Amino acid sequence: MSSNQNKRKDVSIVICGAAGQGIKTVEKLLVHNFSHSGFHVFSTKEYMSRVRGGTNSVSIRVSSQKAAALKDRIDILLPLHSEALGHLEKRISSETIVIGDKEKICKDCPTQIKQFIDVPLEDLARDIGGKIFINIIAAGIISGILKLDLDKMKKDVKDFFSQKDKQIVEKNIQSISQGYSKGEKFSDQKGISFDLTPWTEIKNQVLINGAEAVGFGALAGGCDFLSSYPMSPSTGVLVFISQHAHKFEVAAEQAEDEISAINMALGASYAGARSLVTTSGGGLALMGEGISLAGMIETPVVIHVAQRPGPATGLPTRTEQGDLELVLHAGHGEFPRIILAPGSLEDAFSLTQKAFDLADKFQIPVFILTDQFFMDSYYNIPAPDFQNVQANKHIIKTENDYKRSLITKDGISPRGIPGYGEGLVGVDSDEHDESSHITEDLDLRTQMAEKRLKKMDQIKKQAIPPELVGPEDYRNLIIGWGSTLHVINEALDVLGLKKTAFLHFKQVYPLPDETKIYLEKADQIVIAEHNATSQFKKLIKLETGIDISKTILKYNGLAFSVEEMAEKINHALEQED
Amino acid sequence: MKTNAYDMDDIDMAWCPGCGNFNILKSLKKALAELSIEPKGLVVVSGIGQAAKIPHYFKTHFFNGLHGRALPPATGIKAVNPQLTVIAESGDGDMYGEGGNHFLHAIRRNPDITNIIHNNMVYGLTKGQASPTSQFGFKTPVQTKGVVLEPFNPLALAVSQNASFAARAFAGDEEETKEIIKKAIQHKGYALVDIFQPCVSFNKVNTFKWFKDNTAYLDDTYDPYDRRAAFEKSLETHPFALGVIYVGPPKNTYEQNIGLYDKDKNPLVFREQKRSQKLQQLIQSF
Repeated sequence: MSSNQNKRKDVSIVICGAAGQGIKTVEKLLVHNFSHSGFHVFSTKEYMSRVRGGTNSVSIRVSSQKAAALKDRIDILLPLHSEALGHLEKRISSETIVIGDKEKICKDCPTQIKQFIDVPLEDLARDIGGKIFINIIAAGIISGILKLDLDKMKKDVKDFFSQKDKQIVEKNIQSISQGYSKGEKFSDQKGISFDLTPWTEIKNQVLINGAEAVGFGALAGGCDFLSSYPMSPSTGVLVFISQHAHKFEVAAEQAEDEISAINMALGASYAGARSLVTTSGGGLALMGEGISLAGMIETPVVIHVAQRPGPATGLPTRTEQGDLELVLHAGHGEFPRIILAPGSLEDAFSLTQKAFDLADKFQIPVFILTDQFFMDSYYNIPAPDFQNVQANKHIIKTENDYKRSLITKDGISPRGIPGYGEGLVGVDSDEHDESSHITEDLDLRTQMAEKRLKKMDQIKKQAIPPELVGPEDYRNLIIGWGSTLHVINEALDVLGLKKTAFLHFKQVYPLPDETKIYLEKADQIVIAEHNATSQFKKLIKLETGIDISKTILKYNGLAFSVEEMAEKINHALEQED
Repeated sequence: MKTNAYDMDDIDMAWCPGCGNFNILKSLKKALAELSIEPKGLVVVSGIGQAAKIPHYFKTHFFNGLHGRALPPATGIKAVNPQLTVIAESGDGDMYGEGGNHFLHAIRRNPDITNIIHNNMVYGLTKGQASPTSQFGFKTPVQTKGVVLEPFNPLALAVSQNASFAARAFAGDEEETKEIIKKAIQHKGYALVDIFQPCVSFNKVNTFKWFKDNTAYLDDTYDPYDRRAAFEKSLETHPFALGVIYVGPPKNTYEQNIGLYDKDKNPLVFREQKRSQKLQQLIQSF
């Protein structure tokens, strides 16, 4: 046992098995118990696009300090089938404690495994009542190693299975207790102790994932219409809002396809709703013409895009930041748009809320760009503030002579809706006059194109500035956007570099003016992205003229880990220009 | 109300002289006037094509969207403001070709909208290619040997999917077309009105006379509530039946199924959202 591990304030637990083996149950139990016990928790998963079988894993970090990124290191590993150890071989070290039935799990045991709690999980479970109790016994072992409060754990188990009959609940409690004593015994014998100190403030925190954070943001942003077609990894938002639709008076509809989804949303927005669609790259590709329509008829819509690796169907359940250029260019013709890319769950909440205001104010499509890693990761954050959730839809009561496409100084036509006031409200996908009737007056066409694009001036002025982490007098600047916020932050913490700062963008288009100033100050710039062609680097070059020479790119479908990011930053900074 | 309540002054219409669209516009205005539906209570949603230009030619709110995509916005509008009368109107290419999937699912979803299709069995705006309803053997510059695809049968499809209301009209008969449109608008739920219409420029086969010779009104003994009979009727050609072919059993509309209008009739878009407390409560469970 290394002394490192004994002092660890941060424990990394991985559960790995086939879909359908109950990984999720163990994850939920542990994560909620950790959270209720006052620890910081982070959990993320990587899984295959199948309902049964395969090899999936959940990585949980429990910590005395904030943890919100993936770590490669595994302290406790629970492999639920024989392929699990092979699947995670690169992440297993001599410090990893592996729990399981050695004979069954470890056919080709990686040689680096030094600590094995050899428990006949299947036999134990059978004695209690069947194989289904394996995962709860295992959760008990993990709790025992960590010396969590057993009574609390039993209560969590009871709550978790409250819908089941009494006998099942009893057997699950028996399972957790038996597992606990095995884990406790092992940890006493081997002298393992983790230095986990509960954090008092954490009790006012909530444990949510990316999909829920976007969903909460949408509800707080006044979303009252949602139309979408299910597509991984964006479906979580559709599910979350649908489940709460009645309470929050949201008309939520599963459309027949993505084309219908965006067009329904535009219909609802035209009539005065705050509309949301949620999709992934393939779905967004189908929505292209609808996005262009939003630009032409100057009708607000918020579009959440959870990215996954493409092209085409790609890797449906994996992560990537490969659709920035798609979102930037989706829809033919020229019209303004805003692209927001939350880095933290707090961002996801506040930016989604803000997206509805921006969409209504400028009558444009606003994109929220996330990814599978972001959607499926959860950790504790302070409960969002819901005091100020009053929506201003920027709607006017129309007069008799109302013109929906009135040419104004700032390009924004007062927004009327049908049935509110005396005027008639028309919108047209053809080029149109101020009353939105078809025109082929080419001078008017020029004026209308300019009117629509003029809105970009104000949009740019109000762009959300990037966030600088680290010294103001940096020499090295690391650039990231969206979901890589925490992993880059933690990697830099680990590295402890003096003259290196991190600039994180949560608005990626249009870029705020200060972008250039930040970039020009640095001697050396490194950009990190989850794609193969450094799409954000290209956008920065286009917008600022600055060429970033060093890139850290990953596009195998898995998220960056802290260790990997630290190593790559270090390597990039050491390289000659 | 008088029909001139919908008249617009000084409009430059893009329809050919003698086009069936003019008759349909007249019938529609009369129907609306007789039902006292004011322009400010009406939204006409259309796609792209000659027929889809109709909301530019009379007073109404309008959403002239994308090719084939009239039904989704119409559904969205109705969901958030059911007080509006919503008509989704376009041609056969738009509604049955480009927008075929939406047509299928609008029938299933059953929003309380009227779906009017100007069916001239040809593409007008793109100058004379086959449409989904073009008849076998119809020759065009693209279908040089004549159409070989099975003609799309909107009425049979609607009946097979248990549409709430399905009718066929003929633009040559303004009075009857008006009556059918009135019934469709008054019907609660999705209502299909397929209107046969001659295209004087690009369809020299299915002319005014052809439609006249190949259609016949349903007689008084016909029972539109009998689904099997309606399906049989919808399969008949030469003559094609005119009138209300099918009325489905009473069922909830899409807006009712949303479940947000049971107690509060106020449209969603006019409701004052009070979400602070609800959000506070919800987050506590996380």
